Amino acid sequence: MDLYTVRKHSSILMVGMLLSAVLLMAGCGQTDPSAAPKDGAALSGSLTVAGSTSVQPFSEVLAEEFMAAHKGTQINVQGGGSSVGVEAAVSGTAQIGAVSRTVSSEEKSKGVVDTTIALDGIAVVVHPSNPIASVKTEDVMNIYLGNIKNWNQLGGPDGPITVVSREDGSGTREAFTTLVMNKKDTIKTAIVQNSTGAVRTTVAGDKNAIGYVSLSSLNQEVKALPIDGTEATEANVKNGSYKLQRPFIYVTKGEPTGLSKAFIDFILSPEGQQLIVEEGAVSVK
Amino acid sequence: MKRGPAKKRRSHKESFIEKTLAFSAGLFVMVIAVITIFIFSKGLPVFLQVGWQDFIFDTDWRPTRGIFGIGAMVLGSIAVTVSAMVWAVPLGIATAVFMAEIAPGHIGRMLGSLVELLAGIPSVVYGFVGLLVVVPFIRQHLGGNGLSVLAGAIVLGVMILPTVINISRDAILAVPKEYAEGSLALGASHHQTIARVIIPAARSGIITAIVLGMGRAIGETMAVVMVTGNAPVAPNSILAPVRTMTSNIVLEMGYASGDHQGALFSTGMVLFVFIVALNLVVNRVAKAGGINGKK
Repeated sequence: MDLYTVRKHSSILMVGMLLSAVLLMAGCGQTDPSAAPKDGAALSGSLTVAGSTSVQPFSEVLAEEFMAAHKGTQINVQGGGSSVGVEAAVSGTAQIGAVSRTVSSEEKSKGVVDTTIALDGIAVVVHPSNPIASVKTEDVMNIYLGNIKNWNQLGGPDGPITVVSREDGSGTREAFTTLVMNKKDTIKTAIVQNSTGAVRTTVAGDKNAIGYVSLSSLNQEVKALPIDGTEATEANVKNGSYKLQRPFIYVTKGEPTGLSKAFIDFILSPEGQQLIVEEGAVSVK
Repeated sequence: MKRGPAKKRRSHKESFIEKTLAFSAGLFVMVIAVITIFIFSKGLPVFLQVGWQDFIFDTDWRPTRGIFGIGAMVLGSIAVTVSAMVWAVPLGIATAVFMAEIAPGHIGRMLGSLVELLAGIPSVVYGFVGLLVVVPFIRQHLGGNGLSVLAGAIVLGVMILPTVINISRDAILAVPKEYAEGSLALGASHHQTIARVIIPAARSGIITAIVLGMGRAIGETMAVVMVTGNAPVAPNSILAPVRTMTSNIVLEMGYASGDHQGALFSTGMVLFVFIVALNLVVNRVAKAGGINGKK
């Protein structure tokens, strides 16, 4: 390698380094969204909603509609998990914390006010040809713990159970772990799929499979098992008789005011609740 | 060629082109540098916090409880890749030999375009076919629930065939005609020439084909996620479900945050090192000699 090519190589490297530096600086200089011009609307300013990843898609759709109706407002939606949502609301890094479980009394003592915006049910599904008519919560837990391995232990036909679960970090898995598993770990050999649709497809394709999906994504491909004798239906979620359900809650530090109040009022309005139903949760009204 | 002003103008133009090319190359270096820095800056903290031995060799992965061990996934990646190569490499090399040495020209060309077709199918389509055809077949005829190492091996094997075939064929075609002619002139049969002269001469190119195929197999994600069942546990049979390193990242990326997200970047880091190591092996092999290495 002669001197000339050495120089050329180092100049290429230097151009690359320079460009990296420019890019990094550009990344740091993001403009502040709240500085957007206002066009005379009554509401303006920005709002951050952070927390549960299960609530996130709902928050995103609601924020989009809200921002379309109120030009000049900016709603940022972030994930992080339910506990992060409460922390963010308490510390003020977010005006609204999103939570997909009940808010503990300890959390309430930090001065947060909770507003339930929707309900979500979790359905335990099996292949449509599975003759099992109903299961107990305890049986489902034992299946997912690996203690019950064959359908004949539950009075069904002989067949090894294919346990289908969601990935770690999924809100649905978190809810299932809390509501059914008493926070115990699912058996490690369980099949893992990373979307409701993939769980449904896997269960629909295997006559020995069992899985869990959000109530809204039930269809004819799979059979939802009644839990402790109660059917997994929207009505039973609303009246509280179907136990595998969780609330979607927005928490604020103190009573919501200003833009936070306007956003929460919008969600509780018939239009907001309609959006929630369209996205697949159960309305609270 | 003209001299004088024309030469000056040309050198201006040339230096402009040279600078543009240097800029493009610089941009490329930057992209690689930024990606590398990003992966390592996100992945190293958790990697060091857990300790590299525990992170790579521990088979307990419970990210929501702060337990990060990707041992099962490292084994999973190796199991799926090796079992895909066991059948796809011999088949691919045999096909390449047939296309380059035995088949008449028009059949060779037809096979060539078929291989290109195979290479052009998106991986999600392979995964979908795997899920709807291969998985139920395994469940019904071999047992288990079908989502398994074997399903991954079958789908991945088909996916690396184009790589193995194309590069091996080029290596075989690059062997100088004189070698084969010399061998035939000495009285060796066509088959003896292929087995004893042409394939050994193309050895380094064929090894490159194998290693590149292996790289593709380790890096493939979408199709693998769809057919392997993704249980984070070391497979104890070819019919058991398995999770690869790439699957681990794509499965949990969506909702991961904090250390969990960091651990996924650490997984990517380990994968990155794996693949860089593979590429180094390729370079070594290519330099190691043989006809194709010296080209």
